[in-house]
Parts: sequence; structure tokens; C-alpha cells
Amino acid sequence: MLDSLRSTFIMLGECVKMSLSNILGNRVRSFLTVLGILIGVAAVIALITTVNGFSGSLSSSFSAMGAGTLTVTVTGSDLKSGLSTDDLATLAAMDIVDGVTPSVAMNARVSRGGSYKTGISVSGKNGYYFTRNADLLSRGRAINFTDEDNMTQVCIISTDMVEEFFYGVDPIGENLYIGSIPFMVVGLMTEEGSSNISDLMSGSPDILIPYTTALKLNSANVVTSFTVYLAPGIDSETATDQLEAELDAMFSYEEDCFEIMNMSSIEDTMQNMLNMVSALLAGIASIALIVGGIGIMNMMLTTVTERTTEIGLKKALGALPWQIQAQFLIESFLLSVIGGALGILLGLTLSLILSRVMGTSFVISTFAIVLGAGFSAAVGIIFGWAPARKASKLNPIDALRSA
Amino acid sequence: MSMKLFKRRGSPPSPADPTAQAPDAQSAFFRMEKINKFYQMGEEQAHILKDVDLALERGEYLSVLGPSGSGKSTLMNIIGCLDVANSGRYTLDGQVIEDLGEGELARIRSREIGFIFQNSQLLPRLNAQKNVELPLIYAGVPPKERRRRAREMLERVGLSDRMGHYPNQLSGGQQQRVAIARALVGNPTLLLADEPTGALDQKTGRQVMGLFRELNDEGRTIIMITHDMNIAKNARRVVHIIDGILTEGGGTADA
Ligand SMILES: Nc1ncnc2c1ncn2[C@@H]1O[C@H](COP(=O)(O)OP(=O)(O)O)[C@@H](O)[C@H]1O
Ligand SMILES: [Mg+2]
Repeated sequence: MLDSLRSTFIMLGECVKMSLSNILGNRVRSFLTVLGILIGVAAVIALITTVNGFSGSLSSSFSAMGAGTLTVTVTGSDLKSGLSTDDLATLAAMDIVDGVTPSVAMNARVSRGGSYKTGISVSGKNGYYFTRNADLLSRGRAINFTDEDNMTQVCIISTDMVEEFFYGVDPIGENLYIGSIPFMVVGLMTEEGSSNISDLMSGSPDILIPYTTALKLNSANVVTSFTVYLAPGIDSETATDQLEAELDAMFSYEEDCFEIMNMSSIEDTMQNMLNMVSALLAGIASIALIVGGIGIMNMMLTTVTERTTEIGLKKALGALPWQIQAQFLIESFLLSVIGGALGILLGLTLSLILSRVMGTSFVISTFAIVLGAGFSAAVGIIFGWAPARKASKLNPIDALRSA
Repeated sequence: MSMKLFKRRGSPPSPADPTAQAPDAQSAFFRMEKINKFYQMGEEQAHILKDVDLALERGEYLSVLGPSGSGKSTLMNIIGCLDVANSGRYTLDGQVIEDLGEGELARIRSREIGFIFQNSQLLPRLNAQKNVELPLIYAGVPPKERRRRAREMLERVGLSDRMGHYPNQLSGGQQQRVAIARALVGNPTLLLADEPTGALDQKTGRQVMGLFRELNDEGRTIIMITHDMNIAKNARRVVHIIDGILTEGGGTADA
């Protein structure tokens, strides 16, 4: 028993050697045969690795944009078109809330001296906003609660505005006209500007002013867009529910007056979409694997035909049918696995390049590698089975006669 | 096993008299009785081997002589357990071949029979030594022993300096000697050769025949198939086959 097991292993070892010498003896042909598998595996690996890196970057930028915040957009009802300063104060007083920052956005014509520019995005903020986004300022001071209360005409401008209107001049202390009203520049934004999600969605603002001033400028008295910063340790789901209840009460329970955007649920949705897209693409890529498998099967059938005499001879020399079958199965298995290994290398290289180009992180996915290796091994066995079976069934007499 | 094979077991029975094989029929090493083989050719059935009777003792050297198409290769395929007869009874070394399945036939080919083909049938991608090792691979012999036995056999056929050569680097005669070494390496009880000199010139053919004679002198049982009278007479006993009918011929002069 042990002896026959031993001789089986010896025989299989020899099959591996013979297969490798056949595969390497026909390098070009072998390469062309495994090209399908190679491309299929490379595509699957590149997809999974790239999507993984992308979703990693996505979640880190999501948490930078708005972890622990809820963004509310108000459409309002006939009776109440937005939130008053008092309403905002009510919200800010909630247990779950750390603070509220309104965003009063507008586009304006901005001028200084002889030069002007239209369509500049101006956003009204409160003092609290700057306590949460202190790194927004590169120089000067923030808009504070006094500005808010007194509707002062001060502004904080982006580097673009500095270049546009203050060439060779220190902007701080200078005046800039929004429409026809002068605003004194008190602070400068960093190059990056705001990473706040509601700002990003309305296009990063170039000029920040006190929101109360902005409301006056807009001749509006209500806020329609604001961000709620949650108190530490508050779960965004429960916070959303409570905030919704509070806002419902404010809008007298009318339907569709506002919308609360929860960053983590948006992120979940996007991750799900990303996963679905990647599964779909991987599914398409696996068609390449099947095509590759058919290529291997075709090649193995050709090989069996070419080596009819060899098979007959081996049978005459005492090879058992299963030994012949094993030899060809091992050969297609090795072909496919070699193709798969090359595919993994190519796929990883591709995704490394892609991650550099897209600026996402490059994380080698063990799952993807196991999947690629497993897939190619399975393809080799499944598509090698029929040709190997055919070889093992060859009649040695016919096989030898064909020489 | 090897002792038994390399020692002559007495002298071969007198080949002149076909009835000489009869007495000890049951215990004969090799025995065929009323072997028939048909091939289906479309509608018609071709009767290729007709009631073939043949018996051999260990250590005999027999040649089967017949013209092309007479059924020699068909007979050899049956003797070599590559094919089975449609009727009749064939026993080899105590085993009834008709009763065996495909796997058991393969085992008999591996253990009992050494094949030598007309076109030596070496694998071009393997060198001489590896070609000789081939039957041992399927018999599951460990690599070291395999190598040793292959080298031993190549030495035996006078190719000790050609072990690493590939078939296309060897002459026809050398190739055939590699094939003989391969047939011998499994230490078979019966050496089967189908037109072993068919592809060789006269001189190398004679060398191969000399080798066969030596092997027989060492105690090997040999059945050689040929259409050439001059080759056939190298054997100690000759049978004729014409149109599938086997008849006992005369012994050769120097038997
Ligand atoms: N597989 C087969 N199918 C049909 N006819 C066959 C087959 N093999 C051999 N024959 C026929 O059997 C006869 C004997 O063939 P063979 O044994 O090869 O003769 P030899 O070896 O003496 O030349 C020939 O007429 C040949 O055509
Ligand atoms: Mg023939």
C-alpha cells in the first residue's frame, strides 16, 4: 500500500518534470496558450486591488470631509422657507449637537480698484465654523462671534483672490468690494481651501464672510443650508433620527421640507456601489478566464493529437490509462497556473501603476491573489480534463500505427 | 527473478517437430490456442488470424516469418497484450490474458514484455538514458535505481558513451540499440520485436541480430517478427504466417 503510494508519487513527480520540459520546450506556443488566462487573472487582480485602494482612499477622504457631521439642505414650506438664527440656536442647544454652521452661498461680482471679476463664489459662515476648521486659515484672523453679531463687513479670501486682486500687495487690512459693498480682508485661506462637504458641493468658496452679513447681502432672513457637528461619541444614525424629529417640529410636520445628509451612510452607499461595480467588472474579466480555459483546452487537444505516437508508445511500455491522464492533466494544470502566476504579477504591476496615477493607496489583496491562483488552477483542471481523458482512452495499436 | 532470467534453462525444445511442444502444454510458459482475430471493415469482416496455435518455453528464440499483410503485427499486438483476440486462449507466464482488464494488461506489458519496434520509437525530447528509463517511470521505480538500471542496460548494448545523446544525435543502429535497452530495462520475461532491422542497413542489422543472439544466450525469451528470410534464420526456431495461418517452419542451420 505504502509502496504503491510511493511509486505513484514518483510517477507524478516525473509527470511534472516532463510537463515542464514540454511547456518550456515550446515557450512561444505555451505563452500564447496561456495569454487568455494571463490577461483574465491580471484583469481580476488589477480590478480588485485598484478598487480596494480606491475605496480605502474614499473612506479616508470621507472621514476628512465629514465624519461626525450631518449636512442639512432646507427646501422649506410655504409658511417657513428656512431656518432663523433662533432655530439654529435651538438646534445647537440639542444634547447631540456640538455646534451648527450655516452656509449662505451666493455668486457675486467682486472688484477692487480698476479690476473686477464676476461669478465669484461667496459663502457666509459663523464663528463656530472656524473653531472647527481652524486649519483653513493660513494668515490673519478668523470670522468670530462678534462679526456674526455685528454683521461686520470683513472677509477671508482664497489664494486665487489674492492673485487676482492683490498682486504685490499685502491683502490684510485692504478692502475688497462684493457688489458695491466694501469688505475688509482679515484673513487668508490655505491653498487647499475648504474640505467641508457642503462647500465642496457648492464649489469651494473663494470668499468667506460672516453669515449674518451674507443674509443681509442676500436680502434673505433664513438659512437653507447648514452643517450640524455632532457631540463627541454620538452615533450618526441616532443623531439623524433626533435631528429629523426636531426639524419636523420646526416645519410643523410638513413633508419634504428638508433633507439630512449623513456622511457615513453616503459613504456606505458609495462603497456598496463600488463593490457592485467591481464585482460586475470582475465578472466580465472572468469571461477572459473562460476564454483562456478554452484556449488551453484547444491547445491540449492539439497536443494530444500531435503526441498520439508518444501516448501509444508509453502505453505499450506499460503506462496505465490514469497515468497518461495524469500526465496531460498535470500539463494543462501547470500551463494554466503558470499563466495565472504571470497574470498575478502583471495585475499587481498594473494596479501599482494605477494607484500611483490616481493617487490612491496600493494594498496587495491576498484575497485577489488567492482568487487568481485558485481560478487558474481550476481552469487548468476543468479544461484539461477532456483532452487528458481523450489521451488516456487512445488505443495503443492505433496510436503506434499512426507513426 | 533476474537470476531465473539470466540463466539458461536447459536447451530449447527441438523446433523441427511441431508436436514436440504438445506434451507439457498446460505448464508452457507461453501458449496460444485457436487464436482468431477479425477486423470489421465496413460491412465485411476481415479474418486476420485464423486458429493460431503457438507455444514457447522459456529461453526460446522464435521468429515469425511472413509477407506483408499476413497478420504478423496483429499477432504481435496480441502477444504483447496491446490487443486481445476475438476467440481462443492465450496464457503467458501462468496468466490467462483474455480474463484481464485494461489495467492488468498494462501491468503485464510493464512487467512481462519488452517491446522493440521497427522505427525504434524513441521520444525525441529525451536523451538515451531518459528514454531507457521511461518504462521504469510507469512502474514507479525510484529515480536513483531507475538511473542505475538504465545506465547498466545502455552499457549492455554497447552505448555507455552515448547516454546523454538525444535520438537525433544517434545513428539508426544506435537508436535501435537504445530501444533494445529500453525493452530490457524492466527485466521482462519476453522480448518482442517487430521488424527490428526493418529500418537498418545490412551491417547494422547484423549487429542488432548479434545482440539478439547474445541476449538469447543469456536466457532471454525472444519472439521476432520479420518478412525477411535472412533475418528470420537468426532465430533458433522459425514459424511461417501466411494469410493469418501459422505453420511451423524448420529450425535454422546453426541452432
Ligand atoms: N485496425 C485494423 N482495421 C482493419 N484492418 C486491419 C487493422 N489492422 C490491420 N488490418 C489488416 O489486417 C491485415 C494484417 O495486418 P498486419 O498484421 O499489420 O500485417 P503485417 O504486419 O504482417 O504486415 C492487413 O490486411 C491489414 O490491412
Ligand atoms: Mg507489420
